[in-house]
Amino acid sequence: MAIHFSPRRVAAASLSALALCFAATAPAQTVLRTVPSSDLKIVDPIWTTANITRNHGLMIYDTLFAMDEKGVIKPQMVDKYSASADNKVWSFTLRPGLKFHDGAPVTSQDVIASLARWAKRDTLGQKMYEAMDSIAADGPNGFRMTFKQPFGVVLDALGKPNPLVPFIMPKRVADTPADKQIDEMVGSGPFTLAKEDFRPGDRVIYRKNTAYVPRKEPASGLAGGKVVHVDRVEWVMLRDPQTQTNALLNGEVDMLETVPSSGYTGMRTNDKIELVDVMPAGPFTVLYNHKVPPFNNPKALKAAMLAINQEAMLRAQVTFRDFYKPCASIYLCGSLYASDKTGFYTGKPQFEEARKLLKESGYDGKPVVLMLPGDAPALNKLPAVYGQLLKQVGFNVDVQTTDWATLVTRRTKKDLPENGGWNAFITFWGGVDASSPISYSPLTGNGDQGYFGWPVVPELEALKSKFIATADLAQRKEIATQIQQVVLEHGVLAPLGEAKAPTAVRRGTITGLLPSPAVLYWNVRKKTAP
Amino acid sequence: MLHFLLRRGLATAPVLLIVAVIVFLLLRMTPGDPAAAIAGDSANAQDIARIRTQLGLDASIVTQFVHWLGQVLRGDLGYSFFYRMRVTDLIGQRLEPTLSVAAVTVVLTVLIAVPIGVLAASRRGGRLDRFIMGASVLGFSVPVFVAGYVMIWLFSMQLGWLPSQGYQRIGDGIGPWLRHLALPCVTLAVMYAALIARVTRAAVSEALTEDYVRTARAKGISEWRMLLRHALANAAVPIATVIGLSVAGLIGGVVVTETIYAIPGLGQLTVDAVLSRDYPLIQGITLFFSLVYVVVNLLVDLSYLLLDPRIRY
Repeated sequence: MAIHFSPRRVAAASLSALALCFAATAPAQTVLRTVPSSDLKIVDPIWTTANITRNHGLMIYDTLFAMDEKGVIKPQMVDKYSASADNKVWSFTLRPGLKFHDGAPVTSQDVIASLARWAKRDTLGQKMYEAMDSIAADGPNGFRMTFKQPFGVVLDALGKPNPLVPFIMPKRVADTPADKQIDEMVGSGPFTLAKEDFRPGDRVIYRKNTAYVPRKEPASGLAGGKVVHVDRVEWVMLRDPQTQTNALLNGEVDMLETVPSSGYTGMRTNDKIELVDVMPAGPFTVLYNHKVPPFNNPKALKAAMLAINQEAMLRAQVTFRDFYKPCASIYLCGSLYASDKTGFYTGKPQFEEARKLLKESGYDGKPVVLMLPGDAPALNKLPAVYGQLLKQVGFNVDVQTTDWATLVTRRTKKDLPENGGWNAFITFWGGVDASSPISYSPLTGNGDQGYFGWPVVPELEALKSKFIATADLAQRKEIATQIQQVVLEHGVLAPLGEAKAPTAVRRGTITGLLPSPAVLYWNVRKKTAP
Repeated sequence: MLHFLLRRGLATAPVLLIVAVIVFLLLRMTPGDPAAAIAGDSANAQDIARIRTQLGLDASIVTQFVHWLGQVLRGDLGYSFFYRMRVTDLIGQRLEPTLSVAAVTVVLTVLIAVPIGVLAASRRGGRLDRFIMGASVLGFSVPVFVAGYVMIWLFSMQLGWLPSQGYQRIGDGIGPWLRHLALPCVTLAVMYAALIARVTRAAVSEALTEDYVRTARAKGISEWRMLLRHALANAAVPIATVIGLSVAGLIGGVVVTETIYAIPGLGQLTVDAVLSRDYPLIQGITLFFSLVYVVVNLLVDLSYLLLDPRIRY
């Protein structure tokens, strides 16, 4: 059979062959697929204190300072810095060559605008700006902060890892009013995010920022060189724990950021999966409403705290002993400011003393409303057990089940429980939140201006101000211990102990995960299948 | 016919308005504040109050309703509180997975259910009929999540034939699209096929008792031709009704299936919106679902004209 070659066919065949050659030789992209702990809905990290939005911020933005693995704040975008002896003047110079994703250089004006927007929302930022006399550019790469009074926690503020993190954005974005969400996702971080890569409720795709110049130091926690070894990170939103497990076992995703304790048994015994400790534990705490009876009475409040049995509550909630740890300190056990000076509070039940105090308080037997978030499996067993413990002491307890959205609304109400208010609720905090008096949101003693429960403890506010003024570590530790004693004595909160959730990866495929307050995707390598 | 369409079209408006009012009021009566959910756990009461103001939630309910209705009448369902995207865009984004699941499921369902329903009717009272009806009871009774997990365990985890979760857009290729749809659609088809097979069997059985069937038989027509050309054609109206309702149900959100298989469809979007009290999104989705039901019902009614020439509107 004769074969005829027309020039058009030859050209087409050549092009196809060329395309095939390119297809064969193009390097395969390394894609890391991971299931985050919750769905990313809000992308403006100054708009919400949600951890998932902070984690998104860590992907695409960079920070002036960052916390390393040991909890020490290290320069990140900053090259050099200095502080005057009285902690009133702080000067900073940016690293050379910093660029935003759109190619524009990072300047001191971008930094000043970013910090100004952040400070309008963040509590520590507000304190910093209240104490500040001025912040001014010192050339294109330098800036200087001058304070009216000594301000020792500048680095803590600029390198804080817990929401709201002071991420640096281009000035045109940072000039967006703080009460309006930003639309442009341009940072100078190790990953980029294009609008078309954000599919809400489905997946978010981060691409390696090839123009990013990491620091020379090795990565440690959130600090050091953010060297990216994958081309793309995909956050795949899978809600159902069984679906997550199936996807991991099947290799459809490479890792689960957190494994719920219910999935622990199955995963621990599966040889395809490896459980790794990346994120620190975090504490559970009870918060009491100080505005309404019975917890507006210090004796009743103390009685409620003495009813706490951390071991029993944690066992019911977390189940596995290697996942939880009783701890009476208000700060994360083992963290810089953790102390065993906890006064009367031990986290172990002292029923006799509690009953005596409750009797002395004149408690009238009215129901104590303890809110239980039924749709929050990581929290919903604790209130049930605590309710029983309070009953043992003599409280008439009404454990009211609601969903989390209702709980967070109801906790804003200052009314009596019978009018829709509340008496107590339990919540969970990230380890870094609870590692310092200035980052732990519920440590407020300024009444209506403070955290839900609205305790009035001027002594606490005064101690926090003292803490903020000093940069001396020994002094800080002493003040932090005093803060702890005041917090426990006044029932600002009651620690219930700590719990952690490990990260699950496919065995032998993922390396380089860094211990950090969030799961980080720089330094991570993925072994691709042969 | 034109009169019928006009009448149905006009009837749609009050239905949608009633749905809109009810959903709006129910949402406002439900405890839970979107501003608190947006603000995050570390936020204080002042932050929450600020967000409430920005979202317009501190206005009276009447003002909020009038504002929203005005938007809807202009064809704008508003912005999602959380995603800050147009509700119409979010629905549009989630429509493809949902429509894909619905379409493939319906095709599978019809291909399975109608033949076995006809077969059962043709062997009424016999072993095959009892077997098919027994199987259909089982198919209808097994919860979707059980069937779903069993299928994942077998076809995905043990045999490794199909992915256990996720959705691949049709633009990425028919093959991957179908591979990702296979398990969720078969899971749903088992349930819907069981239902439609029973309806088909009942309708065809009834048709088989009609005089025209006896006449056809007397004229010597073959059994299969009589079943398909006469009995099935005359039983088509109730079958079409059930298929129509199934389509509406599938588009209305198959929440469990979408959750098990992680399909980013309208069902998942609805659950997310409700849990976070994303009022504009819930309102928009509900209106959309209502419209789907109205349109599908209309199409079912119109299909009667084709299926049964005796019907006139």
